[in-house]
Amino acid sequence: MDYKKLVKGGLAALMALSMTACGNSGSSEGSGSSTEGGAGAIKLGASGPITGNAAVYGLAVQHAAEIAIEEVNALGGTQIEMNFQDDQADGEKAVSAYNALMDWGMQISLGTVTSGSGQAVAPNYAQDNIFAITPSGSSTAIIYRDATNNTDPYGVMFQMCFTDPNQGTASADYLKAHSELGSKIGIIYRSDDNYSTGIYNTFKAEADKLGLTIVDTETFVDSDTDYSVQVKKLADAGADIVFLPIYYQPASQILVEANKQGYTPKFFGCDGMDGILTLENFDTSLAEGLYMLTPFSADAEDEKTANFVKKYTDKYGEVPNQFAADAYDCIYAIKQAIDNAGITSDMSTDDITAAMIKEFTSMTFDGITGLSMTWSESGEVSKAPKAVIIENGVYVGVE
Amino acid sequence: MKGLLNWLFGAKRRSRTISFMIVIVSYIVLSLMIASGSLSRLMISLLVPVCAYIVAALGLNLNVGISGELNLGQAGFMSIGAFTAVILSGIFSANGMNPVLILLICIIAGAVMASVIGWLISVPVLKLQGDYLAIVTLAFGQIIMSLVNNLYVGFDANGLHFAFVTNTLELAEGGKMLISGPMGATGVSTASTFTAGFILVLCALFVVYNLIDSRSGRAIMAARDNRIAAESVGISVSRTKTLAFVISSCLAGAAGALYALNYSSFVATKFEFNDSILLLVYVVLGGLSNMSGTIISTALLVILPEMLRFLQFYRMLIYAVVLIVIMLVSNNEWLKVKAEQLKKKLTGKRKGVQQS
Repeated sequence: MDYKKLVKGGLAALMALSMTACGNSGSSEGSGSSTEGGAGAIKLGASGPITGNAAVYGLAVQHAAEIAIEEVNALGGTQIEMNFQDDQADGEKAVSAYNALMDWGMQISLGTVTSGSGQAVAPNYAQDNIFAITPSGSSTAIIYRDATNNTDPYGVMFQMCFTDPNQGTASADYLKAHSELGSKIGIIYRSDDNYSTGIYNTFKAEADKLGLTIVDTETFVDSDTDYSVQVKKLADAGADIVFLPIYYQPASQILVEANKQGYTPKFFGCDGMDGILTLENFDTSLAEGLYMLTPFSADAEDEKTANFVKKYTDKYGEVPNQFAADAYDCIYAIKQAIDNAGITSDMSTDDITAAMIKEFTSMTFDGITGLSMTWSESGEVSKAPKAVIIENGVYVGVE
Repeated sequence: MKGLLNWLFGAKRRSRTISFMIVIVSYIVLSLMIASGSLSRLMISLLVPVCAYIVAALGLNLNVGISGELNLGQAGFMSIGAFTAVILSGIFSANGMNPVLILLICIIAGAVMASVIGWLISVPVLKLQGDYLAIVTLAFGQIIMSLVNNLYVGFDANGLHFAFVTNTLELAEGGKMLISGPMGATGVSTASTFTAGFILVLCALFVVYNLIDSRSGRAIMAARDNRIAAESVGISVSRTKTLAFVISSCLAGAAGALYALNYSSFVATKFEFNDSILLLVYVVLGGLSNMSGTIISTALLVILPEMLRFLQFYRMLIYAVVLIVIMLVSNNEWLKVKAEQLKKKLTGKRKGVQQS
């Protein structure tokens, strides 16, 4: 018995060692693809979940940023070196990741991928005066100290994506303008989630203002796994368009449940829905006809988008989502600001931050998630939202 | 001198002395490292959370190890302490009070609040045993999380304002939201320091060891080992178990307050079921009823994932493997026997030297 235990322990230890070996080679490879900055490269920090539940977002951002940095560095001008830390979408881990990045000597940052992490580290960025632009942290708490009234901005935090309240308002406006989609609105949102309640509250306010009819509102919490009651109630209330301001994992289960019950309204989601086509063990045919409001559609035919989608698909075997596109744009926006302001890696971080803020609040940027983007002094982006519909397993832009 | 050593390392006090020594020596070493600048920012930022987790784990060990009741809701008590601290610090920092004083008040208030709720919970809970108790404490943790997740608290010139589920608060000019539902606590003015954490760990150790060595402590252990026998000699089992449960939740509340004032923003879902389980892992790995073990394993397991950052996405995989290896090795009889032999050899030799 003891002998057996020893053998088991030994095997486990061996496994650990071999994994460590793999890990080492993996990390050097990973940093190899992003640290080809060469001499005088500007140190760009970033953190996001690359393990855990929200890993799909973190990985999308990491991959897209690496592609963009490779392209930028290949141009020969501004050189960027990136260090991407795992924060598991957790505030405590995000603070650790931030400190690891500061130890490394971060000069400019992509902030965090998720909102919860972002609001935990935003005060640190403000305190150390480091410029950050988050590709996908959509909560207003990332850029404002007072997120209830959206006042007292940090000043150093910028966003590439829409804020949650903007998405709710834009969704209501879209449904008002396209009443052919449905007139009886049903809503399912997650009541213990910042993102979901943020969108719901502004959607509700805007819908009331526009006179839209909301026939039923259902909620769920993180740990729920069964949505049959909510779907049944919406069906009973006769909702013909269902607004889902939630992330794609619960949304996929709601779609499965609606299909099971034979309930076929139109579904309408926001940017959190992005990723539903890459979900494993999900019958993507159920997502056919799903509308979502997202600033990026991979089928767009302009040269920049086509180039990015091709590179991403070739390298990672899946179509990039909106998180990836936002990250790609972040790198180019940062590059544009660096070039315009003539920032070099030997400048102090205070000077870099001041120059970056000056550029971002004054420049206009054309990216793949929108043209003529501008930023306000509080760090909010201004760009036009686009609606897409899923047809034959791909996003198709709609008016 | 010899008398003092005998007193400190005598059979009765050895484990207590060792625990205190571990904490004090590591505090001195770490402080020197911070002063000399040889500790990275990452490590410095981990010191306060490590202290907070140690205090909560010590409390849990009292509950699980000494009292023998499986508690899966320790993170819920941390949450109570944390959000109590957030509210109080919001009020006091608006008045411009000294941060050290705020921290002290918040830790005491967090501890008191958690103990009161712990006592309320213990009335129905401790009538249950074993698995049932575990399930109820688990549910309690979830309830606390859901409640805080829907709680809105604001503070302005007119005092505190509360709202539930939907944010209906309209604060006067200069008012500030302290807790905003799922967005959690925002804009907390941080006050926790490593020294405060160190003192709190010492206090926790003092409380735990004094309880274990007291009449009540022996009653608690007697009730754990044989409930019927304990009752037959006149020990009130439910009273002793309540005592252990309340002190355990009190320590968790203090730990939560320390943790809360270290971050400027955190959400209620931070203190979820998984964190209760993590605390339990710290306790089990360190050894039930073994306080020094709890301190070491907590510090190690909180820091380990951060040390493994260079592994990138293999990090959490390795962390899991390391956990399994530690479990297997620390429960290996053969290694235990060898360690015993080695110990005997060493102490035998030392005795020999002393005699000559």
